[in-house]
Amino acid sequence: MAEICMRGVRKRYGDTQVIHGIDVEIADGEFIVIVGPSGCGKSTLLRMVAGLETITEGEISIGGRVVNQLEPKERDIAMVFQNYALYPHMSVFDNMAYGLKIARTPKDEIRARVEEAAKLLELGGLLERKPRQLSGGQRQRVAMGRAIVRKPAVFLFDEPLSNLDAKLRVQMRLEIKQLQRKLGTTSLYVTHDQIEAMTLADRLVVMNQGRAEQIDTPMAVYSDPATTFVAGFIGSPAMNFLAGTVEADGHGLFLGGDARISDKGSDLSGLAGRAVTLGVRPEHLLAVGESEAEIRLGVELVETLGADTLAHGRPVGAAGTPLGDAALGGEAPGLITVRLPGLAPVREGERLPLRMAEGELHLFDPDSGRRIADV
Amino acid sequence: MHKRVTFRHPLLPYLLVLPQLAITFVFFLWPASQALYYSVLRQDPFGLKTKFVGLQNFERLFSDPTYLNSFDVTIVFSLSVTLSGMALGLLFAVMADRVVKGAATYKTLLIWPYAVAPAVAGVLWWFLFNPTIGILAYALRSLGYDWNHAVSGTDALILVIVASTWKQVSYNFLFFLAGLQAIPKSLIEAAAIDGAGPARRFWTIVFPLLSPTTFFLLVVNMVYAFFETFGVVHATTSGGPGQATTILVYKVFNDGFIGLNLGSSAAQSVILMVIVISLTMIQFRFIERRVQY
Repeated sequence: MAEICMRGVRKRYGDTQVIHGIDVEIADGEFIVIVGPSGCGKSTLLRMVAGLETITEGEISIGGRVVNQLEPKERDIAMVFQNYALYPHMSVFDNMAYGLKIARTPKDEIRARVEEAAKLLELGGLLERKPRQLSGGQRQRVAMGRAIVRKPAVFLFDEPLSNLDAKLRVQMRLEIKQLQRKLGTTSLYVTHDQIEAMTLADRLVVMNQGRAEQIDTPMAVYSDPATTFVAGFIGSPAMNFLAGTVEADGHGLFLGGDARISDKGSDLSGLAGRAVTLGVRPEHLLAVGESEAEIRLGVELVETLGADTLAHGRPVGAAGTPLGDAALGGEAPGLITVRLPGLAPVREGERLPLRMAEGELHLFDPDSGRRIADV
Repeated sequence: MHKRVTFRHPLLPYLLVLPQLAITFVFFLWPASQALYYSVLRQDPFGLKTKFVGLQNFERLFSDPTYLNSFDVTIVFSLSVTLSGMALGLLFAVMADRVVKGAATYKTLLIWPYAVAPAVAGVLWWFLFNPTIGILAYALRSLGYDWNHAVSGTDALILVIVASTWKQVSYNFLFFLAGLQAIPKSLIEAAAIDGAGPARRFWTIVFPLLSPTTFFLLVVNMVYAFFETFGVVHATTSGGPGQATTILVYKVFNDGFIGLNLGSSAAQSVILMVIVISLTMIQFRFIERRVQY
């Protein structure tokens, strides 16, 4: 059991800096998910905690002990790799017992601990098998078993589910969550999958290009994204972005043509006349009657998912004329996506009148991408 | 999974394997059958008379002390060449695998000896160890060892072992390096996190995972030591002093082409063939089973 603390952690390979100063305090027993697109430095950060990469600058401590100069084995951690990294020439039992044997744990205790872990992970009958005789999900469990038998202070997960098929991924995701709750071990989990991130995390670290854009609980990241990057990355389908201007009187937003977002009760007078990026999630665009419409969507594509219906298109004026480049994109560049509940009777080519839900709009600075206000 | 190819013309598959079959026939089956044929004949030195003698050539060989001595020499020689060649190749490969800067240069230099012909390699080491002008012989003398491979059978055997090993290290190095690079890095990292130090990681993870490569090289090196080292021996010691470096393949040549005893030479090459075939079969049957994981 241990807390992890990172202060000003940076990583450089020669002249290329890949991590630009990460600060995060992780409490004992917390489940932290580091999420971000490929190449954002999330795996590098995890490997720095594991001791597989050197720390160029800054400090990482585990359980109050600075680990910068410690070998992986001295850090009291266990790691689950994306490709599981099971020793192919050893049986499941030997794979799990490897670390314990090195630590010179007494034989009967090794057996007891491996069997306990095997029971917990439902690997009971498979202990004598070789990794190649196991299915993907079973290998994943062995990799986790290998991590838990050592009773480390910290679990590190490096995209452990990305080699599994979709159904198994959901199942293993739940198992990991339950396991972590049961064991209460501090965990650091890296993924590019935002659903994994949202469901597993106590807190999320959203990374982009070597920076932590936001560190907060999943719901806070979802409802109050700190930047356009976070807003667009978390949530599926992605948030829609529209270019707009705050009206001179501070009551409402002008999007071009006849599209105007009416005053939602919040005071924007401090921003009067300023250009902004408006973010709105697909589920916060409500289909309404023509008279109540704030913007209209020229529907180009409809996707029926059963539970809900996604309509993609471009904003158009009341007469159906295109509204210029107001739409900055969401799921696809230039397109806006609307999520309608159930089997909505919307057809391609139709003009869909929409209204934005109150209190669910996000304003960002068009240059820095930082959040300015909620509407 | 077995993929079955269908050919449009029934003759096409046979046509495609024909070149390989032709090569096998011309360079192996035909000479091998000739050797078998000659091994049961006796010819006079001028080739005027040939008569069938059955297994007499073989009987004579196994009661000939020089031939039995050649057996001992070959065993010492090929075990030494194989083991030291593979150990050095593995050592260099492990080191090269860790090098980051200048790795390409290092690797290229290590591969060069393979391009040297066996006879040239032999002569090279012969010069280095030459009792009068060789720098290594000089160094050994200053250490108090009077090296002379022209007189001492042990020295001569060490010389041919060193020269043959030196040439083969490159080959072993190349395969071991490829083998090492095929081991996923995450396995080593997982072992490091599990608490294993570098030596332990090598012996419990890397070495077992290299076993298919090791097995393959074992077969190749044995065959190399048995046959291809002829040039080294021929160019340096000519099998001497005495019979100290007369390995089996050199004796085949010496008895057949210098001594002109074709029947005995053919019988020896048949024995050699049987040894290599059985060694390879033993290796495949008993060792390969263990290397699969």
